[in-house]
Amino acid sequence: MQQIINFIIRNKTFLLFLLLFSISLSFTIQSHSYHKSKFINSANFLTGGVYNYVSNANRYFSLKKQNEILTQENNRLKSVLYNSKTKKDFSYIDSLTFNHSYKFTPGIVLKNSYSSTKNVLLINKGVSDSIKQDFGVISSKGIIGIIDNSSKHYSTILSILNTSSKISAQLEKTNHFGTLTWNGVSPYFTQLVDIPKIAPVEVGDTIVTSGRSSIFPKGIPVGTIHDFKLDVAENYYEINIKLFNDMTNIEYVYIIENIDVPEITNLLKSSSNE
Amino acid sequence: MNSVLYRNIMRFILLVGLQVSVLNHINFLGYINPYVYILFIMLFPIKNNRTLFIFLSFLLGLTIDIFSDSGGIHAAACVSIAYVRPVILKFSFGTVYEYQTIKFDTAEFSSKFIYIIIMTVIHHFILFSLEIFNISKVILTFQKTLFSSIFTIILCIMITIIFSRKTK
Repeated sequence: MQQIINFIIRNKTFLLFLLLFSISLSFTIQSHSYHKSKFINSANFLTGGVYNYVSNANRYFSLKKQNEILTQENNRLKSVLYNSKTKKDFSYIDSLTFNHSYKFTPGIVLKNSYSSTKNVLLINKGVSDSIKQDFGVISSKGIIGIIDNSSKHYSTILSILNTSSKISAQLEKTNHFGTLTWNGVSPYFTQLVDIPKIAPVEVGDTIVTSGRSSIFPKGIPVGTIHDFKLDVAENYYEINIKLFNDMTNIEYVYIIENIDVPEITNLLKSSSNE
Repeated sequence: MNSVLYRNIMRFILLVGLQVSVLNHINFLGYINPYVYILFIMLFPIKNNRTLFIFLSFLLGLTIDIFSDSGGIHAAACVSIAYVRPVILKFSFGTVYEYQTIKFDTAEFSSKFIYIIIMTVIHHFILFSLEIFNISKVILTFQKTLFSSIFTIILCIMITIIFSRKTK
């Protein structure tokens, strides 16, 4: 016993190093698997507060650009609204319950990152704004990511520029769907894999979300096909997508809540139990 | 002793603040960021006990990790360079280190330069290997290590020159 204690005292620096190194390694490994980074994330009081201050100052420098983006979006929405042929029944147009399964919440990006291979964003909406894990996040131009962790006032987003992010997407003109992944190289391009060989893929085609995962509604724009090739087994396409979003410059985002999710998960659970 | 303690606490807070508010968002040429916060580990007083030093390095890395949502990669890299620091000190400063009389402000520039280079490269290599975590992307790891190291080394040397107090 004496010898064991002596050994520990003699090598205490090395043992401490080993202990701390393995703790940080376990944190690292945790962060590589989806939805596991419970302790180490920036959605907490201290880091959220600091980023809030920094972002408040930084936002002044991009006011003009962001105003332009918002005006463009308003313009597009107005043109859709006033050119729609369907009869608008104003008796229920602002009723919240009629035929709505998606609820939108606006948010502001406090921290954006796109240079590492595991990019995570921080926004200023949290549990007190009824934001929870697995809500989708989009901007006016297209898809951004999925909510990962939420604290009271802040949430982190697992960006589409994250090598562990997997989102279902499809071709706009046909219903062939695949998985949206990222290879970690350029923040302007993501990759769509598992599109069957039979699908009519052409450069310039639009890719949208497929709505299969119940996180995003169907038809949210992702990007256009930049180039494509067959994979090693020559059964599926690997498509390089040029994103509509400039992921290096995001400020205002919308968080999508699918109100039907509990119903869908219950149904899936009961049907898988049988 | 008190002023040393005070100076190191201030250095910790200032470097973390600088890193998370400015330097993490530089993204020069798309992905090159300097990690200047390791100056805290480089300039930590040599005559202190190593247990405390390693623990403080871990805390420093973990703080950066929490701010940048990166798991434990900064903590791991910081703990490693804190552990190997005596070896690097001996290598770069030679016998001066043996007598424990070295002061960073008065040390020779060339040995200080070598010391900063070795510490930075080791730190960045561990950092990016853990961040990418993929043997098949080893080229990307080396590429990021090389370019970020150059950036970090230049900034570190500039900061040490600007804030050094020459008593001549």
